[in-house]
Amino acid sequence: MLVSLNWLQEYIDVSYYSPEELAEIITKTGIEVESVEPVAEDIEGVVVGYVQSCEQHPNADKLNLCQVDVGQETLQIVCGAPNVAEGQKVAVATPGAVLPGNFKIKKTKLRGEESNGMICSLQELGVDEKDVPKEFADGIFVFPEEVEVGSNAISLLNLDDLIIELGLTPNRSDALSMAGVAYEVAAAIDGSYELAEEKVKTSNEEATDYISVVVEDTKANPYYGAFVIKDIQVGPSPLWMRNRLTAAGIRPINNVVDITNYVLMEYGQPLHAFDYDRFGSNSIVTRRAKDGEVMETLDGQERTLSSDHLVITNGDKAHAIAGVMGGAESEVQDDTTTIILEAAYFHPSVVREASKHHGLRSESSTRFEKGVDPNRVERAGYRACELLERYAGGTVLHGVVTHDELDRSEKTVTVHTSTINDRLGTEITNEQMADIFRRLQFSYEQNGETFLVSIPTRRGDITIFEDMLEEVARIYGYDNLPYTLPAGASQAGGLTMEQQLKREVKAYFEGAGLHETITYSLTHKEKATMLVSPEVEKQAESPVGLAMPMSEDHGYLRLSMLPELLESLSYNVARKQENLFYYEVGTVFISEEEQVTKQPEEVLRASGALTGEWVAHPWQQEKKSVDFFVAKGILEGLSKQLNLPFTFEKAKLEDMHPGRTATVSVNGQTVGFIGQVHPKLQKQLGLKETFVFDINLEVLFNEYQKEEAFQAIPRHPSVSRDIALVVDEDVTAGAIEATVAAAGDPLVKEVRVFDLYQGEHLEEGKKSLAFRLLYLDPLRTLKDEEVEEAHNRILESVKEEHNAELRG
Amino acid sequence: MKERLEQLKQEALNKVENAESVQNLKDVRVEYLGKKGPITEVLRGMGKLSKEERPVIGQLANDVRESIAEAIETKQSRLEDAAMEKQLEEESIDVTLPGRPVQIGGPHLLTSIVEEIEDLFIGMGFEIKEGPEVETDYYNFEALNLPKGHPARDMQDSFYITEELLMRTHTSPVQARTMGARNGGEPVKMICPGKVYRRDTDDATHSHQFTQIEGLLVDKNVRMSDLKGVLNAFAKQMFGAEREIRLRPSFFPFTEPSVEMDISCKVCGGEGCSVCKGTGWIEILGGGMVHPNVLEMAGYDPKEYSGFAFGMGPERIAMLKYGVDDIRHFYTNDIRFLEQYHKA
Repeated sequence: MLVSLNWLQEYIDVSYYSPEELAEIITKTGIEVESVEPVAEDIEGVVVGYVQSCEQHPNADKLNLCQVDVGQETLQIVCGAPNVAEGQKVAVATPGAVLPGNFKIKKTKLRGEESNGMICSLQELGVDEKDVPKEFADGIFVFPEEVEVGSNAISLLNLDDLIIELGLTPNRSDALSMAGVAYEVAAAIDGSYELAEEKVKTSNEEATDYISVVVEDTKANPYYGAFVIKDIQVGPSPLWMRNRLTAAGIRPINNVVDITNYVLMEYGQPLHAFDYDRFGSNSIVTRRAKDGEVMETLDGQERTLSSDHLVITNGDKAHAIAGVMGGAESEVQDDTTTIILEAAYFHPSVVREASKHHGLRSESSTRFEKGVDPNRVERAGYRACELLERYAGGTVLHGVVTHDELDRSEKTVTVHTSTINDRLGTEITNEQMADIFRRLQFSYEQNGETFLVSIPTRRGDITIFEDMLEEVARIYGYDNLPYTLPAGASQAGGLTMEQQLKREVKAYFEGAGLHETITYSLTHKEKATMLVSPEVEKQAESPVGLAMPMSEDHGYLRLSMLPELLESLSYNVARKQENLFYYEVGTVFISEEEQVTKQPEEVLRASGALTGEWVAHPWQQEKKSVDFFVAKGILEGLSKQLNLPFTFEKAKLEDMHPGRTATVSVNGQTVGFIGQVHPKLQKQLGLKETFVFDINLEVLFNEYQKEEAFQAIPRHPSVSRDIALVVDEDVTAGAIEATVAAAGDPLVKEVRVFDLYQGEHLEEGKKSLAFRLLYLDPLRTLKDEEVEEAHNRILESVKEEHNAELRG
Repeated sequence: MKERLEQLKQEALNKVENAESVQNLKDVRVEYLGKKGPITEVLRGMGKLSKEERPVIGQLANDVRESIAEAIETKQSRLEDAAMEKQLEEESIDVTLPGRPVQIGGPHLLTSIVEEIEDLFIGMGFEIKEGPEVETDYYNFEALNLPKGHPARDMQDSFYITEELLMRTHTSPVQARTMGARNGGEPVKMICPGKVYRRDTDDATHSHQFTQIEGLLVDKNVRMSDLKGVLNAFAKQMFGAEREIRLRPSFFPFTEPSVEMDISCKVCGGEGCSVCKGTGWIEILGGGMVHPNVLEMAGYDPKEYSGFAFGMGPERIAMLKYGVDDIRHFYTNDIRFLEQYHKA
């Protein structure tokens, strides 16, 4: 809502405050002032001039040579505007004037003729293109005759006004009018304001002789009032009214339309004027539209209606969509002489339905949608009549033809001072309460500390005690509330075990060298099904999609974080950032249904994506690109951190390198996978070798057991033995390790690969794997024979199971 | 004999003194202290001495031996030190060469902010609650006093999946769920952080996915002044003790009265500047007293229980606190952005 300070000042004296102070007060009492801006930039030296003569420039076809009387002198000005003419009163920027955009006016010569100033268009004076009346859109502005030559054009055009922009919350539709703003400001500054009474002189003719009103759906349309005004002369509206409409962001059109718009801004009540002679009957019937009914609206569009919409008809044809837009057929035109003026109450939901359906959000529909003040509907009609009489030559017929079932009663709310204080933490007295209601202009009956407050109908947002609590608090001042801390029983705050583990896992990844990332949960359909862990793939029917996505890129819920993570890598690589070690902890969305009917399961997972140089220390010849084992090492560290053994098993997964991918499982459950992205996909994404992992954290957290008991530190030394085994190429280290561990139980505590060799001195198709074994009995020192015996047992087992020979 | 011993001592000590290597010293040792050395020789001739003289000469011979041995030892350790010194000098390195880099990761800025806020409220006795990102229309709207067709639903244009399911538009449903689970009998004191989604076109100040943290306290006799006190404590810890807070009226369907909280502008200290659009204040969060309809729907008697709730956006806080100028930075994962905010 744009509020002209000059206009407001006419209703309530705010001159005591600077505009900034006023803005601060309004903000603190309840309506946020978003900005205070001048209508136009500071302009000086623009006066009203009288065009004494206007002749064609001797040396230019499109220019005119004007003699302009600006009061003290007469200036010769060259003007190129097509609409300049002798006898006009115009805005003249005299030499020395500065126009918006720091445009300085100087004496000059144009095609050999002196030009001592400039005749201005509204745009040149800083008026927004969209607010300029059409007649002046392509030329200079022309004042009405009555203005005085030499007077200040800027203040005549209200360009020295300030505009206060209010950011209204949906509940405060009462402030969608100047009157409403004035009531609010009056309460805020403890000033006085009351909406002035309308004064209409009516003729002897009765409106009922011209028109009748029938309402079919009284719930949707509880009040319809029709005024009839004759002898209308359509023309421009007075300058002050045009100025105010411009200030409010509404383009002036003609006096009839301007007056309905002016009252809309003043009272917050939308009105509509029909051309009586073009209406096609003398009977107004408001009804639900028929499904498929068609009408042409003011903007020239064909609109197809439905029974959700209310229309104003002549008994047959629709002439307006109620509260939204009038019809083209009965639009007020230059030759209109008699009008029907509609002042009505349409139910918010029926207007909302229509404005939404047709995509027509207007100043009118927004006000109806939020509910207009029932006590101001008819008054607004009278106010428009008053103005039509005065500024459009209208003769108002006696009476208003109505259908009226409108509830205009004031609601009441009971308020106890003690309850207010209990809820606010304040010590407000009964006297202060009474004073607050006086400022708000709410009438009340007081009985000790109990107030029965009547809520004016303009404040439809107040219905319950808590609403009054807010009214009292805001007028009392939020600033004046004390600072206290809750007195209730205290609880120990803290993190749950899962929340703690989640933080630990993140801290671990970061310590291990990974950067945390956050990607979008909504992704492209294709990406939603890419790089999905096998156990998720098995469970999920298909990715969950949005009913109406804004773009294809964010249409589906992810089943894996990896595609978006890889996208992040691509983004960076494209910017020459090539060493990227990323992880994300987040949820994926698994639905087992083909057609989603219930919430998908949201599973917490951790994903990682690594590419580039892991160790870059070239001057000491240490360089290492990320490889499978860097990524695996990170997961093994996690396994250690959570004290949960991970098992890696070679696997072939879509979009992954077929030879460098493994599933990960914990206690027999598959929890994720790890490996190199398929080179084809890497290439597509512009990535070099890239390794990823994706793992279900919820399973890990469930399996996690906090170790509580102390584990004794072994007092006896362990014995280490190394063995080098020659095996067939395809025998895995993991398999041998498992055999060794099983055969060495319980003395072998650790088996670790320390060498892998293939090549010279070894048979083709063979490789040598060396292991370091750690023997330990925590309770005693091991004897050599015991170790020897176990060692031999191990050698036999690996020979038997893997045909492994001790390397000579 | 005495003279001979003194002479030998002097000779030996001179040789020790002049020794240039450990080997020289070894030679001296063998020469003078060895079994065939001159001192042994002297001792062998002791038989010719009188009974009285024998112990005197014996003692003297021992003293001479010890003196020589000691001198050798001292000299040896001096030579060894010098040798080591020389060797260490040769081992000298260029300390200005770069060290072996350690790959260091770190948290995302939003995580840091969320955890900072979580910890702050944990300190005030709040628990952390989480909930689903795909919500039912009931918990996202209806249970929060936003029945179907309510105009304020437009404030939160949503991504629907079906008519009854949508991407949550705020973390408030977690509050409704938590209250509902307590059967209207127990107090609630919680913070709920999480991702939320709205139909916004991504640009410098809008993101279709963003983060929210909301808080809720429901108990008997909760006052609006308590909300003010808690938010004040939060703001001073989060933004600095010198920052002032200001509450002003606002509107949310789930609270009444509703507030918006501003903190004094850090840049101008409240004087008014371009950062605070000349007002001296920066909007930081919204909140209010829990609407009685919300309490009632969750099973609490609004006559007996009252509460407050508040919510804020970590992106906005990060943008204000660190001057991040584009909300998309949080989701693009540019390494140059991520690395800037890795504080311990």
